Amino acid sequence: MDAFWIILTASLAATCCSLLGCYLILRQMAMVGDAISHAVLPGIVIAYLFTGSLDSPLILLGAGLFGVLTTFLIEFFHRKIRVQADAAIGVTFTWLFAIGIILISLFAGQVDLDQDCVLYGEIAYVPLNRWITESGYDLGPTTIWTLGSVTILILLFIGIGYKELFLTTFDAGFAAAIGISTSLWYYLLMSAVSLTTVAAFESVGAILVVALIVAPPVTAYLLTDNFKVMLGLSVLVGVVASAGGYFLAVMLNGSIAAAIAVVAGLLCGLAFLFSPTQGIFRKRSTLAEPVDMQLQKQ
Amino acid sequence: METLTEFLSFSDANVRFVTFGSVLLAASSAVVGCFTLLRKRALVGDAIAHAVLPGVCLAFILSGTKNPVYLLIGAFITGWLSVYCIDFITSRTRIKEDAAIGLVLSVFFGFGILLLTAIQHGGNASQSGLDKFLFGKAASLVGEDLITFGSVAVILLITILLFYKEFKLLCFDRAYAHTLGFPVKMLELILTTLTVLAVVVGIQAVGVVLMAAILITPAAAARFWTDRLGVMILIAAVIGAFSGFSGAFVSYVAPAMPTGPWIVMIVSVLAIGSFILAPEKGWLGRMYRQKNNRENILDENILKLLYQLGEQNGSFFSGRSLAEMQEKREIPSGRLMKGLKRLRSQGYLKRDPGNTWLLTPEGKTRGQRVVRLHRLWELYLTQYLNIAADHVHEDAENIEHILTPELEAKILEQLGYPETDPHESRIP
Repeated sequence: MDAFWIILTASLAATCCSLLGCYLILRQMAMVGDAISHAVLPGIVIAYLFTGSLDSPLILLGAGLFGVLTTFLIEFFHRKIRVQADAAIGVTFTWLFAIGIILISLFAGQVDLDQDCVLYGEIAYVPLNRWITESGYDLGPTTIWTLGSVTILILLFIGIGYKELFLTTFDAGFAAAIGISTSLWYYLLMSAVSLTTVAAFESVGAILVVALIVAPPVTAYLLTDNFKVMLGLSVLVGVVASAGGYFLAVMLNGSIAAAIAVVAGLLCGLAFLFSPTQGIFRKRSTLAEPVDMQLQKQ
Repeated sequence: METLTEFLSFSDANVRFVTFGSVLLAASSAVVGCFTLLRKRALVGDAIAHAVLPGVCLAFILSGTKNPVYLLIGAFITGWLSVYCIDFITSRTRIKEDAAIGLVLSVFFGFGILLLTAIQHGGNASQSGLDKFLFGKAASLVGEDLITFGSVAVILLITILLFYKEFKLLCFDRAYAHTLGFPVKMLELILTTLTVLAVVVGIQAVGVVLMAAILITPAAAARFWTDRLGVMILIAAVIGAFSGFSGAFVSYVAPAMPTGPWIVMIVSVLAIGSFILAPEKGWLGRMYRQKNNRENILDENILKLLYQLGEQNGSFFSGRSLAEMQEKREIPSGRLMKGLKRLRSQGYLKRDPGNTWLLTPEGKTRGQRVVRLHRLWELYLTQYLNIAADHVHEDAENIEHILTPELEAKILEQLGYPETDPHESRIP
């Protein structure tokens, strides 16, 4: 049963991360996702100090705000202060992450977070922390409920804003011309990424969130030219990686989250080598190269 | 204060090692980081830092010891491999660099964590301390480590000194370096190797996660103070060294505090301070210059406006009311009043008792010059670029504030000292 809960948790996290990751990698903003995943740490610690638990929805909000703040900071450094784009990202997230670690050491007695957990989560403990109602009814692990609701939120977000997100991702100029606010949707997307990162943080840790944001969408991107198919495929890859990672971790007696990242990377490597259209070993006989995702900005 | 003098006396051998080590590691990473930053590879540095972890773990598994030399070699190999993977992915598929970096970073790191946790659970007693690679172990550097990492740092600095000119050219104009016959590929290889080495050494101080900071942040900060590479490297090294020193001090005063994150904290604060305060490129300086510029343009527009009104009525020195001015050109009242008051205090305008404004002789000269430049430019555009006379006004509105007296003389000469502009207005 524990295996089921762990794989379910990982799959939920993978679903949110992969869906949003599709947008991030097409916008060439994968590293902003990486930055957000590091930078929510001080937010989580501060929110934890106020609420005293990691399960409160307030943490999602408080720490999520920090993620959005990171995006603002990066934009500010880059556009207003004119720091080189990659350096703006690098400086911002290392700084915020360092603040987070310092806060953890400062309040070591009050915060039940250790530095290792920050990096690779404690997904193995997910089944232990259960939500039991006052009448004593066991509703299953609490993490499932938080991650589940975030997944539903993300699905709703993508469902409702599909057209806007699609257009602002592929052709921002056109989107602006027909009256869609590109910056509004940019920040909405970044808020969604922050929310997901915070929700997935406890189980998979700050850094391995990045693996789920990048690897499944990249795999899907190597396999298809249709965006909807890409969304679906990336979720599938995420779920397969979650299950595969669990068994690999059990075999090696190592961290489950890390093993998931490794399996996701392996799947990506397979696509990289054997994708029928993009792979290194693709059939050379196909004369006409398939049209690259037509609208993709260069 | 007492602790500071005690700290500075270095009477404790441990303090000596930690301080000297942190300074050396942070400074040498900062020097190499300058080149990483200028080649826009800052985030590749981050990827290398994360990718070092599996190498360290593999080296431990294979050798069974924590001998720093073996660990360094392992770290070096996977660090290098990660750069190669990123380049391979970006050149062979349609995946862009950011996604390739994110992918390599997280998968390598995941592999490293998997090995690390497997080693930890494996019960090998000598493994304890491997996890120090995650957040650094600046506070527990010992003499033996110092010799290993110190020599690597020295090699780094010497190589950079030897190839300084070549690297400089590579950073700023790769194509030119290529045409000059420099072995560009080879130089890039050396530079990448240096970056990997710097990372491998630097993680001793701050750990893999925060390594990017001591590589890039000092360089990013130094970039705001100068346009000269040599000076930039020097400033970056000083910032790195100072952060390393302060980090060591913090961990001396409060042993429970993690040294690595404090080094990063200090270097980041220095960098953000530089972003804001650096005189030439800093944010405040630029804001100030922009404000000055805006004010200058407003002033010149007001003087031009009064001059044009004078032209219409034939009297340049009679008073004009606000309403008259705003009828000719729409300027919000608040801004207009501010501009008028500023111009009066500078002696270009006078204020009449009847609450009207009139030009002083100096004001007339300055206004006249703006009008002249405007009309000259309109004429220049119609004559030399064949732009229709009704399309040149907007452009002239902008250029009239920018043209220098030298350019003005050139244009006058080219146009043969004309009398009127395309709209048949006289050029004053």
